[in-house]
Amino acid sequence: MAEPVPLGDENEPALLLPASKTELFRVFNRLALQGFGGVLPVAHRHLVERERWLSPAQFLDLLTLSQVLPGPNIVNMALIIGDRFMGWRGALAACGGLLLLPLLIVLSLVVLYQQAAHLPWVAGALRGMGAVAAGLIFAIAIKLAPSLRISPLGWPAAAALVAATAVMVGLLRWPMAWVVLSLGALGMAGAGWRLRQLQRQARRVVP
Amino acid sequence: MSLLQLMGTHGLGWSDLLALLAHFSMLSLLAVGGAITTAPDMQRWLVSEKAWMSDEQFTAGVAIAQAAPGPNILFVAVMGWHVAGVAGVLATMLGIMGPSSLLAFVVGRWGRRRGDSLLLRAFTAGLTPLTLGLLLSTGWVLTAPVRDQWLAMALVALTALLSVRLKISPLWLMAGGALVGALALR
Repeated sequence: MAEPVPLGDENEPALLLPASKTELFRVFNRLALQGFGGVLPVAHRHLVERERWLSPAQFLDLLTLSQVLPGPNIVNMALIIGDRFMGWRGALAACGGLLLLPLLIVLSLVVLYQQAAHLPWVAGALRGMGAVAAGLIFAIAIKLAPSLRISPLGWPAAAALVAATAVMVGLLRWPMAWVVLSLGALGMAGAGWRLRQLQRQARRVVP
Repeated sequence: MSLLQLMGTHGLGWSDLLALLAHFSMLSLLAVGGAITTAPDMQRWLVSEKAWMSDEQFTAGVAIAQAAPGPNILFVAVMGWHVAGVAGVLATMLGIMGPSSLLAFVVGRWGRRRGDSLLLRAFTAGLTPLTLGLLLSTGWVLTAPVRDQWLAMALVALTALLSVRLKISPLWLMAGGALVGALALR
């Protein structure tokens, strides 16, 4: 890890390395500031197309890994990229670039909001933005829904899990830890069992 | 003047800050579908159980973080700011990022397993329905301050529809929401 090694394999010689930790910080800072409502698409443009630090396949691999891990995907990704290039200091530089300036901007906006929250039109504007924020989250859920059809659980069981989670967490307001641990275990056990069954069937058909 | 007062903690003591850190650390490891999926539990704990902030502040915080540039995770910093100023930002951000970052760091270095193993596929396939359910919960919880205003609820539905149907930047939708709200949701 001490020596920066390009992440590429042999047939993609065109990949470059970040020159320094400052550059890591700078690039992640720039892509964070350009990301409104999600940084990942911008990250792809900068890391793959502009800086050429990663090949498209490597980006996809890292994205999958970051999504399987808990926590914010883009932070996980910055951490792993920074660490692979320049060790833990690189990880800190990438994360710092990603978070520091945007954090100051967001907090400044919140302070402004607190100063002006007593004005009816400001409170109204924020209520409208809150409604849009809720709508955007619903939209993500709607866009994800078709993936249930190819779930190894089968769509009726998967949809039942969706409904159970939504009712317990959203309506009944039960602590999320219990819901996720119990329903998550159920879902994973079911999926594992079905996947193994499918594997066995496939083996029987194609010896 | 004590250190805590300097950081503007609104009267929260060290034990409260530790509780904040601990709760968000726990959520960090549960955030399998991204940090936003833990928002319902943040709202349950901060608004309903502890009464450290209002429904209105919670939803406004998420909206501001979404309208500003940068990773969406920063809505967590806004929660911390409302609850306990700079100390609250440190507690919530260290909590939500600490455990998951440590795990990402370790897995990134030593976990070079292929992504197609049966275990990993069972893990993702088993958790996808939960992510969806948590997203629906998040959307519902964010409507808490405006549920009795039909115009706001229509705005929620319209936003979801436009966002699914058209490839429209969320920034335009936010601007539209702010305009409608300033005029009609006072």
